[in-house]
Amino acid sequence: MEKEKRSRTRLVPLPSRALVPDRDAARDPVLECINLGITLGGIKAVEDFNFTVGRTEIAGLIGPNGAGKTTVFNLLTKVYQPTTGTILLNGRDTHGMNTMQVNKAGIARTFQNIRLFKNLSVADNVKAAMNNDMRYNMLNAILRTPAYRREEIAAHRRALKLLSIFDMQDIADVRAGSLPYGAQRRLEIVRALATNPSLLLLDEPAAGMNPSETAELMDSIRKVHEMFQIAIVLIEHDMSLVMNICEGICVLNFGHIIAKGTPDDIQSNPAVIEAYLGRNREAK
Amino acid sequence: MRRLINLKRVEARRIYLTYFVVIAAYVICQTMSSTKMMSSSMRGMLVPICAYMVMAVSLNLVVGISGELSLGHAGFMSVGAFSGVATAILLQNLLPFAPVRLAIAMISGAVFAALAGFLIGIPVLRLKGDYLAIVTLAFGEIIKSILNNFYLGVDSAGLHFSMLSDTTRLLPGGQLIIRGPMGISRIMKIATFPAGFILVMIALAIVFNLVNSRFGRGFMAIRDDRIAAESIGLDVTKFKLTAFVMSAALAGAAGCLFSLNYSTIVANKFDFNTSILILVFVVLGGQGNMLGSIIAAAALTILPEKLREFSDYRMLLYAVILIMTMLITNNDNIKAFFQNILPGSKAKFQKEESDA
Ligand SMILES: Nc1ncnc2c1ncn2[C@@H]1O[C@H](COP(=O)(O)OP(=O)(O)OP(=O)(O)O)[C@@H](O)[C@H]1O
Ligand SMILES: [Mg+2]
Repeated sequence: MEKEKRSRTRLVPLPSRALVPDRDAARDPVLECINLGITLGGIKAVEDFNFTVGRTEIAGLIGPNGAGKTTVFNLLTKVYQPTTGTILLNGRDTHGMNTMQVNKAGIARTFQNIRLFKNLSVADNVKAAMNNDMRYNMLNAILRTPAYRREEIAAHRRALKLLSIFDMQDIADVRAGSLPYGAQRRLEIVRALATNPSLLLLDEPAAGMNPSETAELMDSIRKVHEMFQIAIVLIEHDMSLVMNICEGICVLNFGHIIAKGTPDDIQSNPAVIEAYLGRNREAK
Repeated sequence: MRRLINLKRVEARRIYLTYFVVIAAYVICQTMSSTKMMSSSMRGMLVPICAYMVMAVSLNLVVGISGELSLGHAGFMSVGAFSGVATAILLQNLLPFAPVRLAIAMISGAVFAALAGFLIGIPVLRLKGDYLAIVTLAFGEIIKSILNNFYLGVDSAGLHFSMLSDTTRLLPGGQLIIRGPMGISRIMKIATFPAGFILVMIALAIVFNLVNSRFGRGFMAIRDDRIAAESIGLDVTKFKLTAFVMSAALAGAAGCLFSLNYSTIVANKFDFNTSILILVFVVLGGQGNMLGSIIAAAALTILPEKLREFSDYRMLLYAVILIMTMLITNNDNIKAFFQNILPGSKAKFQKEESDA
């Protein structure tokens, strides 16, 4: 029943509330969410989510615990199928796609509760993400033909290069599960980048990091943004990080967007202050 | 910072060690058997041991590398056995040179088993969850019933087959190859120990080379975290199917080798107990550990024979030894206890512990 509400064609124009940086204004947005919503366990975890991300924007998604931020990422990557609304990725409706297909279409992500391939080496975690770029077949692999060698060497080089962005090239042969926490978070970003995304979703990349690690991470995110010229959406509780690197911010509370704007707008928005302070008051 | 293990080096060392152990064991057994230092009962077990090693390695690809539970591996063995032996019999006059006939028979067994693996893998591996265990369990039983009721004959007009009863009505001079519950009899025993050794080496090479390619990374990535694997664009169903079909193919070749070592085979030989025995090789040897699988397969095939002198208590002892070994290899407390007794391994264990 709910399914029929989902529009399948691109009839909806760019929502007027869209907020993209000037340099992206002339280009098609990389992502448009229109009336996106999902019901989980009887509650509307996300509702009426209208959100646009420009080609080369760094956007932030913030909100109190349980606001539905991770759920939005799960909707975008089709871990959950939305019950209402449309997601347009590069102008293409992702209706009916699964997680794998959405990744091929250009979305890569990290996870709030780190999901690495623990028993693989750091380099193999990254190379696993390059699978779709590699062409050699099973016979090549079994016989170790020149095609196999060529592609494997190229993949290894590229993996090391990507790892070097986060200064991790020297631990390429280490088991991923044995890395310290911060390094695991960075490795997840590298793995996501290895799939050549046009939109990178980072779910609390700085969680559990100390201030100096967070500062480094901030630099790295900027570096990634500059090198690959991609759009990045990040969920983060560390306000200094969000306010520093995001160009646009979207605030979520109880599954609804309560504010959208530049970091300055958001910091002085009474609804946002209320949402955060109200929650703090409850907690105390 | 904690010292971190270099996985690549550990991995390479393990692969070379595995090849080395297999080659050394082959050379020793071959010398002993040709200089008559080996008992005839032991000599008769060489080919079955090779076949079980291949079974263990191939099941380890599914259970250890791909992280799926399969309880019907003997089913693929029987598909390979019947199709391979039938091929060997059909080629008997065309190809008098036995080694070539053996090779073609094993390839045929592998192809048919792979086909069976593909057919049951396609619907099952699409599902999330451990449905493979149930379906392979059923498959093992179903294939046994089918083969128990299957008749295949050849005459001048070609191949004929029938189910339930023999209605092939062969022309004079025709030959009934598969006779339902009687299986196949009067098989020419063309399986040899060198052929078995080569099959083990091929199985190892296939599995090791696959594991160290984009395919192996895919299998292990999906095993470690399915959602993350999907999020980086891996086709979970395709990878799981690939590992499963490859494993079935190797089991088929092993089944063919196994059967061509006996003059008669029946479908009941490849029952649920055999599937479980192979799973025990894998669990005992360690999931993902090919050398362990190979050693476990050899040890657990020889052990019941060696325990024959205890006649009545044979299977009891076998069970006790099995349980003890499982405990020792899987229980941390007991492991630590043995490490305390054996000082050499203690240091090594502690190092690994701190690395992990
Ligand atoms: N699979 C699920 N089934 C039922 N309810 C769910 C499910 N996943 C999330 N929820 C609910 O949806 C709401 C939003 O959860 P979500 O994980 O998106 O929050 P969040 O904004 O990411 O919070 P946090 O900052 O703590 O990570 C929560 O109330 C949560 O309990
Ligand atoms: Mg969250």
